[in-house]
Amino acid sequence: MQTEDSKRAAYRALEDRIVNGAGQSSPEQRARAFGNAGLAPPLDGLIDQVATRPTQVTDADFAAAQAAGFSEDQLFELVICAAVGQSARLYDAGLAALADAVAKEGDG
Amino acid sequence: MRPDVLNRGYRPGTKVLFAVIRLFSGHPVPDAARLVFYRPDFYGSLAKEFTHEAMRGPSAWSVADRELMAAYVSQVNDSAFCIGAHSATAGQAYQDGPKVAAVLADLESAPVEDGLRATLRMLGKLTRESKLSAEDMRQVLAAGVSREQIQDALAVCAAFSTTNRLADAFGFQVVSPEGFEAGAKYLLKRGYR
Repeated sequence: MQTEDSKRAAYRALEDRIVNGAGQSSPEQRARAFGNAGLAPPLDGLIDQVATRPTQVTDADFAAAQAAGFSEDQLFELVICAAVGQSARLYDAGLAALADAVAKEGDG
Repeated sequence: MRPDVLNRGYRPGTKVLFAVIRLFSGHPVPDAARLVFYRPDFYGSLAKEFTHEAMRGPSAWSVADRELMAAYVSQVNDSAFCIGAHSATAGQAYQDGPKVAAVLADLESAPVEDGLRATLRMLGKLTRESKLSAEDMRQVLAAGVSREQIQDALAVCAAFSTTNRLADAFGFQVVSPEGFEAGAKYLLKRGYR
């Protein structure tokens, strides 16, 4: 397997910190926000918007999540996890396509 | 910004720093810069390190090219703050604002080299569709772009996929054109650390 480039490694360090390091939300919640999967309403709506339609996030989305018991600091963490998680998936999709293209060039 | 803790939750020393920057620059500290000062141990420190490496670290792409990629990805994401900030920074870095405006208006007819155009096209597709094929990458390689350059472009894309989402979710305030130009000057002098 190809060694990870130093920039991808630096992004992975960020991913690891925000999901597994100390925080005010649980690592399980952060992992779910990172993966945009397995969260209950209304948090699931906010997290999915951050991942897939961030320009549509509104004050009301934050208010609904706070009314459901999440603190501002927990939402700070979970929104970051959602943004980094989606970006990591894009990053890996790009690198996988590149690896595939280079492998096929090698075959030809 | 929202939630409100991002407006008021900074340490006293950080608040003083923001006031000093405002006094000397004549512009408030942009929200993108404020965010990385909030609980920096959680996000800001490692995010700055990665973004600086992607935007200013070793690469066959120039700083101007990478700032243009940042502006282009931000435009595909329709992220107003980042479009303003990075089109200003790319324009200053190239010393050619019209070139940046031309890329954002119509990539296919803009006056850029084929390799950069193919790379921007690939980043746009990844950003819009969340997926790419080997054929998409083969076209970039065929335009003369190296494997390392593609990796570097994907790092820029990751940095701005992240920052665009945070800008819109946390509601970064769009500043004046003068404010964006001042921020651009700072980013070219100091980078993202």
